[in-house]
Amino acid sequence: MKKVISGWSLIKLYTLLVYIWMFTPIIAVILLAFNPQQFGSFPMEGVSFKWFIKLSHNSTILDAFKNSLVLGSFTAVLSTAFGVPAAMAFIRYDFRGKEFLNTLLIAPIMVPEVVLGVALLLFIRWLQQPKSFTLLLIGHVVLTLPYVLLIVQARLVGIKKEYEEAALSLGANPFQTFMEITFPLLAPAILAGMLFSFTISFDDVTATLFWATARNQTVPVKIFGMLRNSISPEINALGAVMIVLTVSIPLLAGFVSRRFVRGRHKT
Amino acid sequence: MKQEKDPEFVKFTGIEKRFGKVLAVKRMDLEIPEGSLVTLLGPSGCGKTTLLRMLAGLESPTRGDIYIKGRRMNDTPIHKRNLGMIFQNYALFPHKTIFDNVAFGLKYRNISKSVIKDKVEKALETVRLPGVGERMPSQLSGGQQQRIALARAIVIEPDVLLMDEPLSALDENLREDMRREIDNLQQALGVTTIFVTHDQREALSMSDKVVVMKDGFIQQEGTPEEVYNNSINHFVADFLGHSNFINSVVKEKTGDFLSVTLEDDHTFFAVPAGVLNTGDKAEIVIRAQKFKLGYRTDHVPEEGMNVFFGKIVDRSYMGGEVSYFIELDNKLVLHAINFVKRSPYRRGDEVFMKVAPEHCRLLKL
Repeated sequence: MKKVISGWSLIKLYTLLVYIWMFTPIIAVILLAFNPQQFGSFPMEGVSFKWFIKLSHNSTILDAFKNSLVLGSFTAVLSTAFGVPAAMAFIRYDFRGKEFLNTLLIAPIMVPEVVLGVALLLFIRWLQQPKSFTLLLIGHVVLTLPYVLLIVQARLVGIKKEYEEAALSLGANPFQTFMEITFPLLAPAILAGMLFSFTISFDDVTATLFWATARNQTVPVKIFGMLRNSISPEINALGAVMIVLTVSIPLLAGFVSRRFVRGRHKT
Repeated sequence: MKQEKDPEFVKFTGIEKRFGKVLAVKRMDLEIPEGSLVTLLGPSGCGKTTLLRMLAGLESPTRGDIYIKGRRMNDTPIHKRNLGMIFQNYALFPHKTIFDNVAFGLKYRNISKSVIKDKVEKALETVRLPGVGERMPSQLSGGQQQRIALARAIVIEPDVLLMDEPLSALDENLREDMRREIDNLQQALGVTTIFVTHDQREALSMSDKVVVMKDGFIQQEGTPEEVYNNSINHFVADFLGHSNFINSVVKEKTGDFLSVTLEDDHTFFAVPAGVLNTGDKAEIVIRAQKFKLGYRTDHVPEEGMNVFFGKIVDRSYMGGEVSYFIELDNKLVLHAINFVKRSPYRRGDEVFMKVAPEHCRLLKL
């Protein structure tokens, strides 16, 4: 009996250590963002918002932020716009080469990002096109499309075909059936896919390093650049902001969608 | 003024459906009279659901034509066929209220809001679930959900009501109630109904016509009595009820019956199903319920009665009836079902089993 208890305690301790190991750096970044000193060290001497204020006056960072937001939003919208119909086709219809096409669209998850980054760049060179925002957007859509596909497909499998067949038999045409039945049932997955796309696009460094021009640098690429020159506490502040954003957006979305679902089930 | 019922309200001609290399439905012709309830009965994979889905427009036939009210339907998309469909798993829209579920089909029919409201309420009353309009499907039981599905299908006044195993997801007890309800509703509305099932009891109890299917072919069609009492082949006789099959050779015509020789040279009297000549090999079909049992020692010979002697090797009590398996002296095992008497026979009892010739049908082999 005693031995069992000590076994569980060991597992608990081990779990705790894993969590500490995972989250200490993140917590350190957030804490140091409030450190008034130039060089971060513990224990901290007071709390200050000065790096955040400095950050908010740094126009290149703000530009990068704006780039990231715009890029992330466009990526999310485009990936969903392509991903949802593709998922519908793969799950609801049979056609030649279906498996092959599906694998092809999912492939970017399996290819190392460096390879993807170089490949698209070479392709653009071969077409003799300059690097541009469009290139960056195409790249990010390629990167995030697999996630939308996988999430929406998984949900579609769970939505019984009979719902759609029932709607059709009652006189709704295929488009009305999609809008009235499939889309509302699919909405949580579509939202999740959009958020995934946004977050992945917002966070991506490796591939974006290859595709970004000086004019459309994203936040992570900017941070990477700043780190090369000097270690500024501003980066900590920026890191803190990004952590809050990338964690809170999905949480908020989850909360909203749950409220939405519960509201509908009220009698 | 009542109009003449159309005997070919729904018609399939030379219908065929191929899935890859598999022929699910093979060159089938079928007519369904107006206002009738027709069951497609058969084991899984016999093509009954495929046939229904082709009529619904959910599958397109590889060959052949489908007519509803004399109009060829092959190229009419499902949403323009005016059909009511009932699914095994109810398929109520989970994100819509009961009211919106039932009103769904009416939205696409140019009907004003107030009329829709009246019609939905009337439909809910018809299925004996008034006042549940505000609830969500998940708040209803399986039986209630299926009744709502029924309301949703009949409220649009469909030309044909299609039901794909609508009772198989329900509990045994509920199934019987629901079956009667569908039956009553169908008769009250007079809507032409096609009912797919693998359950012979459902098929026999509620249909005007039963279509027994196997391997994409129609084996036999007719009233429940016809297909049960006059099964035209081994499959139908075996699929419906509990039948015994005994091989024999035709000897001669004796009075109203044919006398045949069994494998042990026993002589037996039976009714021929179809034309049989002396020397033909034939199969005697006897329903398990038609045997009368008695203790071997009590047996009194009767003129023209068929008799076997044997020993009870297995019995199972089924409430009102007892099912016996009897090993004959020639090692053949027969199945008999008798109503429970004061003292049912026990395993090992020596018995005779008699059956009148009119209950023995001869199928040509």
